Amino acid sequence: MIPSMPRIQRSGLQSLLREVGPVDRIGLEERVAKYTTRSIKKSSKRFALNLAVSMVDLTTLEGKDTPGKIASLCLKALRPHPDPSIPSTAAVCVYPSLVRHAKKHLAGTSVKIASVATAFPSGQAPLRTRLEEVRAAVADGADEIDMVINRGAFLAGEVDLVRDEIAAVREACSSATLKVILETSELETCDNIRAASFLAMSVLREGDFIKTSTGKTSENATLANNQIMLDAIRDFYLDTGTAISMKPAGGIRTSKQAIQFLIAVKETLGDAWLNNSRYRFGASALLNDLLRQILKETTGRYQAPHTFSEASGSY
Amino acid sequence: MSRLPVSKTPKCLVGGSFIRSESGRVYPIASPSGEFLCNIPLCTRKDVRNAVEAAAKAGPAWIKRSAYNRGQILYRLAEMLESRSEELAGSISTTTGDHPAARREIDAAIDRAVHYAGWTDKFEALLGSVNPVASPHFNFTVTEPMGIVGILAPEEAPLLGLLSMVLPAITAGNTVVALASKAHPLPAILLGEIITVSDLPAGVVNLLTGSRADMVETFATHEHIRALHATATRTERTSIDQGASTNLKRTALLPGESPRDWFNNGAAGLDEIRQFLEFKTVWHPIAS
Repeated sequence: MIPSMPRIQRSGLQSLLREVGPVDRIGLEERVAKYTTRSIKKSSKRFALNLAVSMVDLTTLEGKDTPGKIASLCLKALRPHPDPSIPSTAAVCVYPSLVRHAKKHLAGTSVKIASVATAFPSGQAPLRTRLEEVRAAVADGADEIDMVINRGAFLAGEVDLVRDEIAAVREACSSATLKVILETSELETCDNIRAASFLAMSVLREGDFIKTSTGKTSENATLANNQIMLDAIRDFYLDTGTAISMKPAGGIRTSKQAIQFLIAVKETLGDAWLNNSRYRFGASALLNDLLRQILKETTGRYQAPHTFSEASGSY
Repeated sequence: MSRLPVSKTPKCLVGGSFIRSESGRVYPIASPSGEFLCNIPLCTRKDVRNAVEAAAKAGPAWIKRSAYNRGQILYRLAEMLESRSEELAGSISTTTGDHPAARREIDAAIDRAVHYAGWTDKFEALLGSVNPVASPHFNFTVTEPMGIVGILAPEEAPLLGLLSMVLPAITAGNTVVALASKAHPLPAILLGEIITVSDLPAGVVNLLTGSRADMVETFATHEHIRALHATATRTERTSIDQGASTNLKRTALLPGESPRDWFNNGAAGLDEIRQFLEFKTVWHPIAS
């Protein structure tokens, strides 16, 4: 009887894969390559840059984060630039222990506090511990929880376990928004990314997110994995009427990239997703580059990176 | 049966890569007798921007190299120039028509590279100082490179003039974005190829070709370019002064209407290096 066990479990993943259908990888790569050829200039560029600023989850996830660093991050998120036409970012994203420090600066403002939880980035902790972490972050004032899925269980074929864990975390979130990190680089195949997207969406509420990556592995958000997930969101929406939101994270450092991601959203999901409750960028360096390009558009002069808060010691 | 000619596509050097202009545009150059030679990239302000990004990326590692090592690299550049000197002379005389003059220019250019190779580990001793102060402080001044230096090369002496402006800037530890002579761009194209085999790290010297009118304003207004060394006409100088005033860029402008004698040894030396340095003075408390 024992040898049959893994086969039964693997068939869980296989039936999910059959149900959601495969991804045409060559077609996908050709399609996303087209996004990089669009010419976005002048007023549409300005619009895209401002929109991207409003979609940033300004993130710091380092062992050396301090309350002081969180304070300056929050102030930067509230007012990225003295120019009042430049909006605040959507949220800041920090470790659970720092949520209460962020709360001091952001309570009563439009900027949300997102916290990674569930033993980020590996997710390798007992479920009880992970849920406790989520509850603690929500109690400290987190508006949004970024969880990681159990990739080991997913790859071992235990899709029901993964689904149940996501559902348990969603309960622990109560009214907080949930973002489910699939960690696409660890899912091995395009088909798995699509399957994991559907798996997560099946237990999410309208307004919850699926998210590409933790930013802690070799490959992060790319136009390709973003596109697989956008396609999954569209198919799920057409099926069920539930609109799930999307957050690519990690590796998006330049305005040019951000605009290409927005083009993908516009051409896959339409204008309804072009706002910060439906689409976010998990990023840290991106914000300064967006500001740099906005200032370039306003002044007509190329800006130096050292004009912005980051990289003041740069060349 | 005669072979089909395999001619070289002239390309610019940006960040260690050979690029055609982002715009895809080119302009033709001809021999003195009017015979078509080749198409040269017509770079744009976007190419300037890309070159500045490349120069910025190369900067920190270039500063960190020891002064001695920078000297070795510049000497290696001289060696590479020497080994291709006949080709370089040809690249000048195809458009000027004067081979003996081109030959003299190459010799002077190679000697200039050797000259600056010697300066890299010596200028600090001459420009830095220990300053007497009337308080219990050890007070000293050291030099630091400015960062990215923009260069608009002269039309005459297309290799010697260009190198005489680029070499002091990189000797001082800066990185360079240079626009070559429009009428005689071929030696700059060849210089790009020579630089990539000279141990100079990618991005320390970036060479563009094209029309000055397309790029002068960007050189002046780009906030990341800290200084501008330009051979410029009267109108260009006005444009540069106005553009540089928006970002307090340091400018050193040579009048294009009265060409400098680049062969003169006065066109090289410590003063040229000093132009693109910042001076840092430190007050270090000592027990009296």
